[in-house]
Amino acid sequence: MIELTNVHKGFGPKQVLAGVNLTIPRGESMVVIGGSGTGKSVLLKCILGLMTQDSGTITLDGEDTSQVERDAFLARFGMLFQGGALFDSLSVWQNVAFRLLRGSLARPKTEAREIAIEKLRRVGLTPDVADLFPAELSGGMQKRVGLARAIAAEPEIIFFDEPTTGLDPIMSGVINDLIREIVVEMGATAMTITHDMSSVRVIADKVAMLHAGKVQWTGPVGDMDSSGDPYLTQFISGSAEGPIEAVR
Amino acid sequence: MKPLTYPLAALGRVTLGFLAMVGRVSIFAGQSLGHIVRPPFYPREFLNALLHIGYFSLPVVGLTAIFTGAALALQIYSGGQRFSAEAVVPQIVAIGMVRELGPVLVGLMIAARVTSSIAAEVATMKVTEQIDALVTLSTHPMKYLTAPRVLAAILVVPALVGIGDIIGIMGGYIVGTKQLGFAPGAYLTNTWNFLETADIVSSLVKGAVFGFIAAVMGCYHGMNSGRGAQGVGRATKTSVEAAAVLILAANFLLTSFFFAT
Repeated sequence: MIELTNVHKGFGPKQVLAGVNLTIPRGESMVVIGGSGTGKSVLLKCILGLMTQDSGTITLDGEDTSQVERDAFLARFGMLFQGGALFDSLSVWQNVAFRLLRGSLARPKTEAREIAIEKLRRVGLTPDVADLFPAELSGGMQKRVGLARAIAAEPEIIFFDEPTTGLDPIMSGVINDLIREIVVEMGATAMTITHDMSSVRVIADKVAMLHAGKVQWTGPVGDMDSSGDPYLTQFISGSAEGPIEAVR
Repeated sequence: MKPLTYPLAALGRVTLGFLAMVGRVSIFAGQSLGHIVRPPFYPREFLNALLHIGYFSLPVVGLTAIFTGAALALQIYSGGQRFSAEAVVPQIVAIGMVRELGPVLVGLMIAARVTSSIAAEVATMKVTEQIDALVTLSTHPMKYLTAPRVLAAILVVPALVGIGDIIGIMGGYIVGTKQLGFAPGAYLTNTWNFLETADIVSSLVKGAVFGFIAAVMGCYHGMNSGRGAQGVGRATKTSVEAAAVLILAANFLLTSFFFAT
């Protein structure tokens, strides 16, 4: 279980997170929504330790994430980045098997390649993609490779940062379905950041909406439409009219 | 604040900013050296860096050295004629190339070619979240990106300097023997007899230091680049400027150390 308590993070005078309290139970898929610049990615980076919060605590299974041994902590996570963040200098299979080729999870090269090809197949890519380089792939294929890399070491917790940004609706649907299938199949705890409502409905067990640096609303995805929260209702409807200012 | 103090405040800000940057670069350089000797090691990255910094720099180093050596021979001959000292061409070309021009020109070429390439690559990795991805994959970016490049540069730039020295001397030899009428055997004998061990050692040490500076500057500015294409461009430009200036400053200090009496 991931638990955030009163997390604050600012950049100069701008307070991006202003007391976030959020619990992500083990094995559940939490989707964090919110407008651009509301601190969704910052929240995710604080959990991973890519950024340090100014105050507040983040715990994983009761342990303060700032006190844990970094390698062991990160070995429990997989992450799909918004742009894929594939390593240009490595082939597709080497990207997918990156964690399996070095460090504490290292395996022989042939075994790592086999696992990479299996994971590529799992995300709908054929083995002939394995020896291509990321620059030779389309945006959708890069996302799939990123997804394959995120699940390659079978992590307990998977983070997805804007998984459908820049993709056409059909490819977005494919990626959303894949994420849902994989999370259920692996029994992983998942946290997804998005402002794509179609992703929310497919991926989420629970939803949290960030606004003005705080969790404005949180609850099961089924309660989202009948929440009665004016901020969430405006966000779902995509209306310019409502408590959320259109110009920020 | 009184208007009279504005220039002083501005000077203070610039000085503090400069000192803070010197501190950050020094810490980064120290950490780079620390990561070189502490596991885990990434031999594949190291071999790649050796290839890119060393082997692929050979053409530009060779061409720079041969033309510099040839021009140097012509200059020394024409200058030496003014006081009947044109016979010292082999010796001065040798000492000029080995002590000074070889290391400095190779260092500047490495700054132009390698520092810019490292800075642009690392900065692009930062902008596209590849460095964050490395962290999430339990890989320390300085161990994976900086340490192999810095170690490769420390080891391979002295070799490039040595090759540059030889090619530069050969440039002088070609001009000396084909254009200025020196006897080939005598030219080479004079060159070889004149050079001392300290000349060669200083050349190679300069190469190692310049390689270290070039790689550290590329990595530092890449890792600390701003966002977007402009951030990558600025990081690349600043890294080359900083590397070139530091190489020239280090050259003066090393020359003082080796040869000032």
